[in-house]
Amino acid sequence: MTNTIACIEKSDVILVTGSNTTENHPVISSFMKRAVKFKDAKVILVDPRRVKLAEHAHKYLRQNLGTDVAWINGMIYVIINEGLYDKKFVEERTENFEELKKAVEKYKPDYVEQITGIPSRDLTESARMFANSKNGSIVYCMGITQHTTGTDNVKSLANLSMICGHLGKEGGGVNPLRGQNNVQGACDMGGLPNVFMAYQPVIDEAARKKLEEAWGVENLSPNPGLVVTEMIPKAHSGEVKAMYIIGENPLVSDADLGHVEESLKHLDFLVVQDIFLNETAQAADVVLPSACFAEKEGTFSNTERRVQRVRKAVNPPGQAKDDWWITCEIGTRMGYEMKYQNSEEIFEEIRKVTPSYAGITYDRIEKEGIHWPCPNIEHPGTPILHIGKFTRGKGVLHPIEYTPPAEQTDDEYPFYLTTGRLLYQYHSGTMTMKTEGLNDRAPGTYVEISPQDAAKLNLIDGEKVKVASRRGEIKADVKISDKASDGTVFLPFHFAEAAANRLTIGALDPLSKIPAFKVCAVNVSKS
Amino acid sequence: MAEKNIITINGNDFAFEPGETILEVARRNFVDIPTLCHLKGAIPTGACRVCVVEVEDARSLLASCATPATDKMVVRTESKLVVDARRLIIQLLLSSGNHNCAVRGSDDSDWTRFQLNVQKDDHSDELCPVWGDCRLQDLAYQYQVSGDIFPSTGTKYPLEDVNPFVVRDFSRCILCGRCVQACNDIQVNNAINFGYRGADTKIIASGDRPLKDSDCVFCGECVQVCPVNALVEKDVRYQVRPWETIKTRTTCSYCGVGCQLELHVKNDQVVKVDGVDAAPNYASLCVKGRFGYHFINSPDRLTKPLIKENGEFREATWDEALDLVAKKFSEIKKNHGADSIGVLTSARISNEDNYIASKFTRAVLKTNNIDHCARL
Ligand code: SF4
Ligand code: SF4
Ligand code: FES
Repeated sequence: MTNTIACIEKSDVILVTGSNTTENHPVISSFMKRAVKFKDAKVILVDPRRVKLAEHAHKYLRQNLGTDVAWINGMIYVIINEGLYDKKFVEERTENFEELKKAVEKYKPDYVEQITGIPSRDLTESARMFANSKNGSIVYCMGITQHTTGTDNVKSLANLSMICGHLGKEGGGVNPLRGQNNVQGACDMGGLPNVFMAYQPVIDEAARKKLEEAWGVENLSPNPGLVVTEMIPKAHSGEVKAMYIIGENPLVSDADLGHVEESLKHLDFLVVQDIFLNETAQAADVVLPSACFAEKEGTFSNTERRVQRVRKAVNPPGQAKDDWWITCEIGTRMGYEMKYQNSEEIFEEIRKVTPSYAGITYDRIEKEGIHWPCPNIEHPGTPILHIGKFTRGKGVLHPIEYTPPAEQTDDEYPFYLTTGRLLYQYHSGTMTMKTEGLNDRAPGTYVEISPQDAAKLNLIDGEKVKVASRRGEIKADVKISDKASDGTVFLPFHFAEAAANRLTIGALDPLSKIPAFKVCAVNVSKS
Repeated sequence: MAEKNIITINGNDFAFEPGETILEVARRNFVDIPTLCHLKGAIPTGACRVCVVEVEDARSLLASCATPATDKMVVRTESKLVVDARRLIIQLLLSSGNHNCAVRGSDDSDWTRFQLNVQKDDHSDELCPVWGDCRLQDLAYQYQVSGDIFPSTGTKYPLEDVNPFVVRDFSRCILCGRCVQACNDIQVNNAINFGYRGADTKIIASGDRPLKDSDCVFCGECVQVCPVNALVEKDVRYQVRPWETIKTRTTCSYCGVGCQLELHVKNDQVVKVDGVDAAPNYASLCVKGRFGYHFINSPDRLTKPLIKENGEFREATWDEALDLVAKKFSEIKKNHGADSIGVLTSARISNEDNYIASKFTRAVLKTNNIDHCARL
């Protein structure tokens, strides 16, 4: 997030898209709902499903799946055309405005309506509302990123925020909500194939030199590595021989599941380190038991870049160990000594090689976390990014063209499928499914379908149906709901026994390599 | 220059900002005024009147939580008048319903009859299921009152426990309304409200239905704020007393909000979770963070390293497992090159764990094949 969570309550217009906030980030949704109830803020919700937040929204726009670039360009068109953009901000802080203006020229609301299904009047009114706000905030989640055009979607939202001058101030910003507790930290720590800690590129020789010195090694690889969605096919083709999977369950969470299963079987050696013997662990050659969050000391970095303490409350079961300890033991046994007394000693090393964390210490975050960048020990941290200027100088506006989703519906697969999470379950369910009450509330998978579509197929609520895509099929109970729009069905992806991701498509966004979980074509039939 | 606003509380002068209530000024200056219904972040209702104070020139005692401080106001927070009023309020509350803890005088036959009645409601012969964790009980001790001055009002509504998480014990509800505010003004889930009228007043969900059939999303905000634990976690009722637990503050491990939690631990097990009143969540939590802790102590947790032989797992020692992994990785690296190994680190584990995984991949394996599943 460029801004903080608390900032949301200071926005006067909040544009929420691709985020089922009340279910996936309930605590953040309260900030939105309070802003509406007590501060007269307005919420514009753009989502293919009529999710709960719609009850609190002033404008609810339902776009066709995978047409985000089109509606965002449409709003930008209206804002530029009606002269509602922040001329001063555009002038002083951005570049490429003319190119953007040209690119959105054809996205007139009527044209956008044809693509997205959003009535042109609603689009125009929403665009005005957002542009005329004092502090307009944009909040988005996986519904924006999990498309073949995910990167384009994100850039388009940045365009929208920039031309309205809503970046770099309290209550504004472009705010992705991270789905997992430490996505932010995993990225910050270089858990990515192209960058080291704090996003220093692996191709940058100076960055490599610095780390080689700090770590006392030579010849760090200058070649960007593989992303997970490349690793799996390369495991299949035999180029990747071994994998070390820590705390992940790609066997349920990956798109095009059937393929993942096959690929992992092709490995010579698979090590899984986890707290449970999950589906992926069962495929492993060696399984290493690790401690969970309540059993360890350390830090997580939340979605607003706030580095916060994690503390040990109970002992790990049996011989389970801290993840870092296990990895260090393997490293040491491979001939490179990795020995630390405790997590704080590791954090002290992190500070040395991660400029944005340099000023953060366990002592300083004892009571309240600090937002990075925090370059030195006197620095208070940076709750809001881009105040006064962007890191790279001027903000670049990117002209983006709409491209339709990778898979289209046809006679054989006439419905669009989108997937997501439920309030009462989390990810592949390895944690939440251990709480009976949560299972009681969300016991199993279902396929959500609109009343009209259900009537067309002659389906009744609760009956078992077959949902099939070009890649596989699953069985699920029908749930007839007003949340669904005609022609689009929804499946939660938590449940291994009927994993929605058997149906989803392996197609990737060319830049982010995020799979298009949010759109594919399916068929629904009586089973 | 604007004059400073000054209020005098118990003989001491304090500056204040316009808009602050008497209670806020007092608390900021460490003057303790008891409250029951007051809920930070919500609009004061003045429902319980336990927070009353004496204000010079005012005709009656004023609820400090709902009265704005004004310049030259003179306030007394523990005068005889105030203390008498508070005692009366506490006595009345204690006599409403089943407050069968030790603050109710227990030497007469009345107590026996009362206790037998309560036992029938509770299906238990223990004292109050939440005693030791009750603001009303605290206040009764503080002001030295007992509940048997007034005849017990009895109870009107049966307990509700037909959901997996929360018990609603109407026999102990004091109708302070904090839960209603928590649900409507803090979480804005709008699931519960006051229902019926007068002596029949009850906190109801969607036309008096069980929580599980209402708009309730089991965030538990109402449970955390209930001063008398009339709303209480199912796992806690009768099972956990506050002095039996050790509390540790930490960060939630579900979504990316990073809510601050307090884990309550009894016998090396997490038995309850509260939200901490600090950024980013300011005491709020969702159902997963508050109630989804059973995985920690699940019997399915992995406890020993496992090695697969002929398609079956067998238990192994750490030395055996780690040596095998190190040997295999070294071999594969040697035979097929560093880039033939891939590492998936995790968005679920700590920065320290991730840093070590990253360092291991780069410095030991000598590849950049590291990623995590955040894309998924
Ligand atoms: S249930 Fe608790 S918080 Fe709600 S009105 Fe009753 S006593 Fe107050
Ligand atoms: S658990 Fe949450 S949603 Fe349910 S009644 Fe309490 S505050 Fe409202
Ligand atoms: S706390 Fe002030 S009236 Fe209840």
